[in-house]
Amino acid sequence: MNLEYGPQYESFRAEVRKFLEQHRSAKPSDSLIDVPVAERSRWLSLLIDHGYWARTIPREYGGYGAAPDLLETVIMDEEFNRAGISRGMNAQGPSMLVPTLLEHGSEEQRRRWIGPTMRGEVIWCQGYSEPGAGSDLASLTTSAREDGDDFVINGQKIWTSTADKAQMMFVLVRTEPGAPKHAGISYLLLPMDSPGLEVRPLETMSGSIGENSFNQVFFRDVRVPRANVVGARGEGWKIANTTLKHERNSLNANAEGLLLRLVRLMEKETVGGVPALASPVYRDRLLRLQARALAMKCHGMRLLTCGLKGESPGVAGLVVKLQNCQLSFDIAALALDVMGELGSLYDHTKYEREKGFWQAFSFFSLGLIIGGGTAQIQKNIIAERGLGLPREPKATRG
Amino acid sequence: MDFGLSDDQRLLEQSLRGFLADRVPIARVRALREAACPNDRDVLRGLAELGVTGILVPEARGGSGLALLDAALAAQSLGHAVTPAPFLASAVMAPVALAALGGAEAEAWLEGIAAGERVLGVAATESFSVREGAGVSLDGGSLRGLALMALDAHGADGVLIPLGADRLALVRSDAPGLATTRLATVDATRCTAELVLDGVAPEALYEDAGNAVARMLDAGRIGLAADTLGACEAMIEQAVAYAQQRVQFGRPIGSFQAVKHLCAEMIAELEPARSLLWYAAHAFDALPDETPALACHVLAHVSEIGREIASTATQIHGGIGWTDEQNLHFWFKRIAVARHLLGGPEWLRARAASIQGWALAS
Repeated sequence: MNLEYGPQYESFRAEVRKFLEQHRSAKPSDSLIDVPVAERSRWLSLLIDHGYWARTIPREYGGYGAAPDLLETVIMDEEFNRAGISRGMNAQGPSMLVPTLLEHGSEEQRRRWIGPTMRGEVIWCQGYSEPGAGSDLASLTTSAREDGDDFVINGQKIWTSTADKAQMMFVLVRTEPGAPKHAGISYLLLPMDSPGLEVRPLETMSGSIGENSFNQVFFRDVRVPRANVVGARGEGWKIANTTLKHERNSLNANAEGLLLRLVRLMEKETVGGVPALASPVYRDRLLRLQARALAMKCHGMRLLTCGLKGESPGVAGLVVKLQNCQLSFDIAALALDVMGELGSLYDHTKYEREKGFWQAFSFFSLGLIIGGGTAQIQKNIIAERGLGLPREPKATRG
Repeated sequence: MDFGLSDDQRLLEQSLRGFLADRVPIARVRALREAACPNDRDVLRGLAELGVTGILVPEARGGSGLALLDAALAAQSLGHAVTPAPFLASAVMAPVALAALGGAEAEAWLEGIAAGERVLGVAATESFSVREGAGVSLDGGSLRGLALMALDAHGADGVLIPLGADRLALVRSDAPGLATTRLATVDATRCTAELVLDGVAPEALYEDAGNAVARMLDAGRIGLAADTLGACEAMIEQAVAYAQQRVQFGRPIGSFQAVKHLCAEMIAELEPARSLLWYAAHAFDALPDETPALACHVLAHVSEIGREIASTATQIHGGIGWTDEQNLHFWFKRIAVARHLLGGPEWLRARAASIQGWALAS
């Protein structure tokens, strides 16, 4: 047991810190997805040039070309987090499509898409879920019929975040209608301005408080070249699973930071005339959450160590999404209780608390419990893959 | 960066678990519950040969001089096997205090503990919970008073008694004026005792022992959390094995999501708690400033998830889990009783809060 990173990594940390001090003013002040593309590209290119974004992506695909080093990644995340700057752009293109192209894409696809995606010049959305295919994603029915050099797509996707801002979509479609359900799916790259494609916003429970932009996407005879298939035709399910793995890895919450914010809130909000932090009931609830947050932080260090050693963490690695998402929701719940009857205000009056942050975060974290594999699906995975319990009998699996 | 167990630690765990499976299987635990004191000296000698009783005793005193993380792993294995052994007080708490305090008496006790020849209990309940007017005080050089639920003190050769926050008394069990009576709890695998002291002369009295007492309690809390974690681990293993093998409605019950999800929930709580335990035990030696709050946090947290796991694992077994014959209750009771031995969760969280400067409004 040794929690030191060692001198070589500490000097890397110092470099990152120095960079952030020197260049933090170059970061666009708004959310990256909302600023003009030139501004976004300038900032992300600066990060790539210094190796703080697209670090391990080969140079020929527009990356920095460093060898993978998990500790360097952790240090960059820690330092950017400390500086209050998100590292790169948190979007589905860089986090999901790019790793998938690196693993399964053709040389042409990698050269064409990875660089512009990492630089924020192309925004992607993910077309996976359908109204009839949620947890049972492989039952999706959006079809792609072969017609000359094209596929012709008909169907509907849902939960397509940022579809309204994206230029491209990576989408799962059924190309082999006669094949068994897992074998008939292909992974396609599709321009969002294709004729016959329609995006309609999907309001969530967050309403006007939230910043999420979910959508539904409708396809009516949308043509896409056959060359836009990633990997082999009919192998989309396998490829999608790589992408989902990347999504699950990126769903880790920062409970420690949230908890600190909650403590600040409890110092100033009063219940019964005393600060919530000095009330035995609310303080006890805080301490319960603090223990859980600490446990998840330590758990992260344990999984990082497994990664460094190339060991499989086994079942310990499967519990992270379930536990972190519930913890985030529970932290928000205490914050709302501490603010009591004023905590639900969203009216921009002087009584409103933290611009409705906790209310919005509560809705958002409930969404995270469901999205990317519901808590119940997570429990199936933990029990079946982690503990070796029997799978559902075939009849009910379909 | 290496947040994991070393090869030596895995080896120690493996050899201890092998020893316990061989020498103290559940049939032996069942037999020992009929004894006046379950702390069997044969088991203790075996543990001494493995180096377990001397795990925290300095090498100069015949021990292995290892870290608290090593002791916590041993405690976890003992909890896993519900072994009746005076490990927590005698091999974790007492050595931490005695090694810090030093002196001829302390050295002799440390040597005896490492050799498996002596057992030292700890009477520290009154440092966090006073009931029945209990408390021990020093009166003209001799000790008077009452101590309840003293750990491992029955059948022991001596006992450590904190006097307030700063002083610590070392008392021999055969000292005139000391009456030790076993207080049998529902957990037949752990010995707790009542001490009545009526003018007892301590073998040694340590002044300015505040830090040693605090460290002793921190070590005890981390060790007790490890014991509970090990017991939880064993309950989950048994529940999962049962869910795989028990057939109802023509299917193994573990294929029903209602049962499967209970198993997933148990392990989802256990694994992060294991990480927290490793960290707290590591901090005891490497990050002493963080230890007091962490020791409270880890014991409170493990006690909370322990109650859920003990109940859930029993329910997965259905009616048979509730019988004496199935033996699950040994783990259930070990977890349930441990919850209160060094401060219940509510007390521990209040303490962790005040350590962080979060005082209650007066």
